[in-house]
Amino acid sequence: MGLLYGLIAVGLALIFGLMDVTNFAHGEFLMIAMYASFFLFTFFAIDPLLSAPLVAAAMFVFGAVVYLLIVRFAMRAKANAGMVQIFTTFGLAIVMRGLAQLFFTPDYRSIPQSWLGGKTVSIAGIFLPEPQLVGALVSIAAFAGLYFFIHRTDFGRALEATREDPGAVALVGIDKNRVFAFGWGLGAALVGLAGAIMAVFFYIYPDVGASFALIAYVTVALGGFGSVFGAFAGGIIVGLVEAVTALMLPPSLKSVGIYAVYLLVVFIRPRGLFGSM
Amino acid sequence: MDKNYTARRRRDLIIAAVLAALAALAPLFVKNVYIQNILVLTLMYAALSQSWNILSGYCGQISLGHALYFGIGAYTTELLFTKFGVLPWFGMLAGGAIAALIAMGLGYPFFRLRGHYFVIATIVIAEIGLLLFQNWEWAGAAMGITIPVRGDSWLKFQFMRSKLPYFYFALALCCLAWFVTWWLEDSKWGFWWRAVKDNPEAAESLGVVVFNSKMGAAAVSAFLVAVGGAFYAQFLAYIDPESVMGFQFSLLMALPAVLGGIGTLWGPVLGAAILIPMTELTRSYIGGSGRGVDLIVYGGLIVAISLALPQGLVSLFSRSKAKGATR
Repeated sequence: MGLLYGLIAVGLALIFGLMDVTNFAHGEFLMIAMYASFFLFTFFAIDPLLSAPLVAAAMFVFGAVVYLLIVRFAMRAKANAGMVQIFTTFGLAIVMRGLAQLFFTPDYRSIPQSWLGGKTVSIAGIFLPEPQLVGALVSIAAFAGLYFFIHRTDFGRALEATREDPGAVALVGIDKNRVFAFGWGLGAALVGLAGAIMAVFFYIYPDVGASFALIAYVTVALGGFGSVFGAFAGGIIVGLVEAVTALMLPPSLKSVGIYAVYLLVVFIRPRGLFGSM
Repeated sequence: MDKNYTARRRRDLIIAAVLAALAALAPLFVKNVYIQNILVLTLMYAALSQSWNILSGYCGQISLGHALYFGIGAYTTELLFTKFGVLPWFGMLAGGAIAALIAMGLGYPFFRLRGHYFVIATIVIAEIGLLLFQNWEWAGAAMGITIPVRGDSWLKFQFMRSKLPYFYFALALCCLAWFVTWWLEDSKWGFWWRAVKDNPEAAESLGVVVFNSKMGAAAVSAFLVAVGGAFYAQFLAYIDPESVMGFQFSLLMALPAVLGGIGTLWGPVLGAAILIPMTELTRSYIGGSGRGVDLIVYGGLIVAISLALPQGLVSLFSRSKAKGATR
């Protein structure tokens, strides 16, 4: 479960953590991806596992378009940039939920049969549900990929440089909007992957994103802004803490443990575990 | 400058008095209960947003967890009333005092945090409060508390037959929150807060005790929000954790101030006067289908206003006024 939280958080780690743009619509991105996966399955009988790259590609375009049409302008604000970003993306989230209700109806949907659903594998005597296992593997791959991307490619360097000083990068010929649009696309594609896998074993409904979004923010902040590895570690910690809390407290209180650990960590280390900002 | 400043403050006070007087007369013309309801909510959110603005706007500590104080105000009042028979008036003050104490207790560790870490911490603490109340059997858990009907009276602050008393109370609360802001704006606290917001290091070096001024802002802000929560509980006559402590309240308190103009005297009132009627009207006229069109319109307007007027609606008014207010 921890790696799944990590998978949801990895896209946010890029947008919120590395690019320092608040995205309150992250949960709604997840919701859209889950619906995409659901419809591909229902109408074309494409298994979510196969359609995951398609969903990710579609989400890439969606993320880049959202950046170019909306977020770009929110970042231009000279005064209270933080609040403008929060409420622009929050408004966007409400619109997306409304659209989902309008077109997909508020019904709970699920993917009844898929290659992974309901199966378990036994590894050294421990039974693991297959979807979660695949989710975990994808999550590790996604983090490794993102880490490599940020630290080993020119694009990654351009991204960090753009966050640090948009004016200076313009002088060396980097187009800020292109870099950030690509970053948003990539972040959305990653949450698209997460959505495609989650669609296999979670109910899909217009408000589904909200329940995961806060945990994703906590995960990123726990690991520390600006650190891909931090978000990965954050995801694992969140999963473990949730499992331990579920053993000790009633299930309705399981998130309390996660929140308490976040508070504890930031009180001791105000920049999160591996944060650089 | 000095003369203009004093003149502006006096003018603000006169405008506020005129607006309050006009608002007080509104029920003479508005007999429709539905519209009266919207007016009550508008005034309440204006008051809440004004209080939120003290900590988040003036002092610059963006809190998205004020639902906690709202819920504490509501729960303190109703638990005291239903379990111990304490009149809501005392419950209201007790709720405010408890909320202020909690705000200061939380401020102790929280105010060391900055930026996103602080905002997320405020969201998380309100969420913890919500979960605890949902699981607290004595306080009604997720079922909440229904406030027993004891007949209409000012003593019990309960009115079933008419919304008017609630209207006047909400108006009074709104005026109080405005007046407190107006008064603090020109006090040493007001200047400290703005200094802390702009540059905490510089403020500290000039002798402002940053930590204490944040604590002061948090206490005043939490107290007023909790009184608003107590009012809301009496107004609805029923509370449950989600409906008084949910995350949406934290956003609904912040939204009018942000859209109207964060850190300004008039921003919250202006934002609430436009946003709340708009929300209620879209909900009842196009939301009835349950198909989410109201959400699309509402969200779209929030996006449009935040993008078009990043400094809030206040910036539409005379330039000198906006300039004076935002600095």
